[in-house]
Amino acid sequence: MTTTTIAPVAPSKPWAPTPLEILPSILLLVGAAVASYVIVAITPMKGKLAYAFLFFVIGTTLIAGRNGLKRGRSALVDSLASSIAFTGAAMVFLPVASILWTTVSNGVKGLHWTLFTQTMFTASFSDPISKGGLLHALVGTLYLIFISIVVSVPMGVLTALYLTEIKGPGSGFIQFVVQAMSGVPSVVAGLFIFASLIVATPIKASAIAGALALSILMIPTVTRTAQEVLLLVPNDLREAGQALGATQWKTVATIVVPAARNGLITAVILGVARIAGETAPLLFTIGGSDNLNWNPFKNYQGALPVYVWKGLMLGTPESIQRAWTGILVLLVLVLILFVLARVFGGRRIKTK
Amino acid sequence: MTQRPTPPAPREITTKPRLSDRIFRGTVTGFGMASLVILTLIGLFLALRGFQTFKHEGFHFLTGVKWESVTSDAGKVTNNFGVGAMLVGTVLIATVALIVGVPLSVLCALYLTFYAPERIKKIMVSVVDLMAAFPSILYGLWGFFVLMPMVQYWAGLLFKYLRWIPVFNAPQPFFERSPFVAGMVLAIMIIPIVTSVSREIFAQTPLDRIQAAYALGATRWGMIKTVVFPFGSSGVVGGAMLGLGRAFGETVAVFTVLNIVFKVNLHILYGMGGNVASMIILKWGEAVGDETKALLAAGFILFVLTLLVNMAANTIVKRTLKSGK
Repeated sequence: MTTTTIAPVAPSKPWAPTPLEILPSILLLVGAAVASYVIVAITPMKGKLAYAFLFFVIGTTLIAGRNGLKRGRSALVDSLASSIAFTGAAMVFLPVASILWTTVSNGVKGLHWTLFTQTMFTASFSDPISKGGLLHALVGTLYLIFISIVVSVPMGVLTALYLTEIKGPGSGFIQFVVQAMSGVPSVVAGLFIFASLIVATPIKASAIAGALALSILMIPTVTRTAQEVLLLVPNDLREAGQALGATQWKTVATIVVPAARNGLITAVILGVARIAGETAPLLFTIGGSDNLNWNPFKNYQGALPVYVWKGLMLGTPESIQRAWTGILVLLVLVLILFVLARVFGGRRIKTK
Repeated sequence: MTQRPTPPAPREITTKPRLSDRIFRGTVTGFGMASLVILTLIGLFLALRGFQTFKHEGFHFLTGVKWESVTSDAGKVTNNFGVGAMLVGTVLIATVALIVGVPLSVLCALYLTFYAPERIKKIMVSVVDLMAAFPSILYGLWGFFVLMPMVQYWAGLLFKYLRWIPVFNAPQPFFERSPFVAGMVLAIMIIPIVTSVSREIFAQTPLDRIQAAYALGATRWGMIKTVVFPFGSSGVVGGAMLGLGRAFGETVAVFTVLNIVFKVNLHILYGMGGNVASMIILKWGEAVGDETKALLAAGFILFVLTLLVNMAANTIVKRTLKSGK
C-alpha cells in the first residue's frame, strides 16, 4: 500500500496583473513625475500644488490614454474614473496625516514631567512652558468624562433597549428623535445648560454642569452604537430564554445584555471619544479654572480643551506652544479610546 | 410502601406580564422617551430665555445686520440685535464646505466600496472614523497654522486669474481668515459623516442589478454610472445634508479661522465673514443682561435650523436605505 501525499493547493488569482503587466503603468507614472518636474522648472507655475496637480493630470491622461488605445473608449473612461476615485480617497487621507504629524511634532516640544504635576494657578500662559502644567485640566477632563458616563450610559443603553427589545408604539418616532438629537450643535447644548441650570437653579458653572452639557452630545452616540450591537444578538437567544420560561426582564438581563457586552463597551468608549475634545459647551458651563478643583459639584473647573482654547486665544508664542502640547495630550487620550473601541468592537458577539 | 412526593402545583397560565416585567418595561419606556423630553426642553428653554429679544426685535432679528447695545449718557440702553449677516455667512461657509467636501467624500466612498482592496479598505475606514473623533479645536488649531497659509496662496491664485467671477472678487487682496478658509476647514470636518453615509448607501445597492450590469458587459465605471448613482443619489443628497447640519453648527474650528464682522460679505476670498455659532462665543465673553438673552435667542435660531436640516436629511437617507432591501 502506498500513501499518496497531496500537496496543498495554493490559491491563485489568474486575473491578477503580473509584474510585467504593471510595469508599463509604473513607467508611465515615472514619466508623469519627470514631465511635471520639467514643466514646473521651465514655466512660471511654482510650488508643491503645481507638482501635485500636474502629476495628477499627466499621470491619469497617460494611463487612461494607454488603456484607451488598447481597449477603446469605455476603457479610457473607466480608467479615468478609477484614477479620480483613488485620488479622492488619497486626498481624504492627506489632512489626517498632516494633522497627526503637526500635532506630534509641535506638541512634543512642550512635553515635560512637571506638566502633569503642576497647575496654572501660579503660572501665566505666557510664561515659558517649563513653568506650570495642565494637571488641573486633566483632572477636570477626567471628572467630566466620568460624570458624563454615569449620566449618559444608562440613558443611552436603556433607550437602545427600548428601540430593540420593547419595540413599543412610537419606537420609530423615538429613533427619529435620537437621530435628530445627534445633530444638535455642541454650542446649543452648552447654551441649554446655561439657560436651564446655571440661570435658574443652585447648580452653577462646575464640572457637573459641563458634564450634563456633554451628556446631551453623548447620549445619541451611545444609543445608536448600542442599538446596532443589540440588533446583532441572534433572535434564537431571546427565543431560547423565553422557551425556558424566563420573563422578558430575565431574558434581557441574563442573556441579551451579556451577549452584547463587548459591543456595549465599544458604545461607551465611542461616546467618550465623541465628547472628550468638545470645547464649545464647556465655555458656557465649567468656568475654565486655572486651579485644581477636586469638587465636581462646586466652583469653576478646568478641562483640557479649555486649556488649549485659552492658550490659542492669548496668541503669544509660549501660550501657543501650550496649546499644541495640550492638544497632543488630548489627542493621545482620544487615540487610546479609539484603539480600545476597535479592540472591543473586533469581537462583538461571542456567542455564535 | 414509599410515599411519592406531591408534585408542585402547576403554574398559573396567563398572558399577564409579571411584576418584574412591568417594572422593566415601564423603566425602559420611560428612558426611551428621555431623548424626546431633552430635545423639547432645549427648544423650550432657549425660546423662553430668548423670548424678550424676539418680542423686541421681531422679524428684524433674522434680517438685521447690526449687533450693538448702546448705553446713552442718560443711562438709556438702546439694543439692536440681528443675526442676518451671520445667517448669510453661515450658509456661505457651509456652501463652500459642501462644494469641496461632498465630491471628495463621494469619491472616497466609491473607492472604498467598489475599488479598494480589502486591506486598504480596512485602514481607510479606520482613518475616516478617526477623523470623526478628532476634537474640533484640533481642526481649528491645524486649520489656522497649517491649512490657512496654503489656502491663502490658493485664494491668491483664484483672485489673480478668476476675479472676473463675482464670488472670487474681493475689495482688497486680504485673504486671511476668510469664509473660503473656514469653508475649507469645514469641508475636511464634514468628510467623515458624508463618507460613512454614502458608503452605507452604496453598499446597499442591489447586488442583482450590479451583476446584471456586469453581465451586459459594463465596465466598473459604466456599472457605477448606470446602477449605483441612480440608486444612491438621493441618499447621497441626504448624507450631504447631514454634513450641512454639522457645518451649520460647528463653532470652535470656525471661530479660530474666521474673522467675524457684522456685515454681509459675499466675496468668499475676502477676510471677513460670519457664522451664528462662532458669533455666540465671540460675544459671550462680554455679554451682560439683554445681550445674553439675544445670544440665547441666536442659539434658538441655530437649534431650529440644524434640527430641520437634520430631520430632512435623516428622512431622505432612511428612505433610500429602505428601497435597497
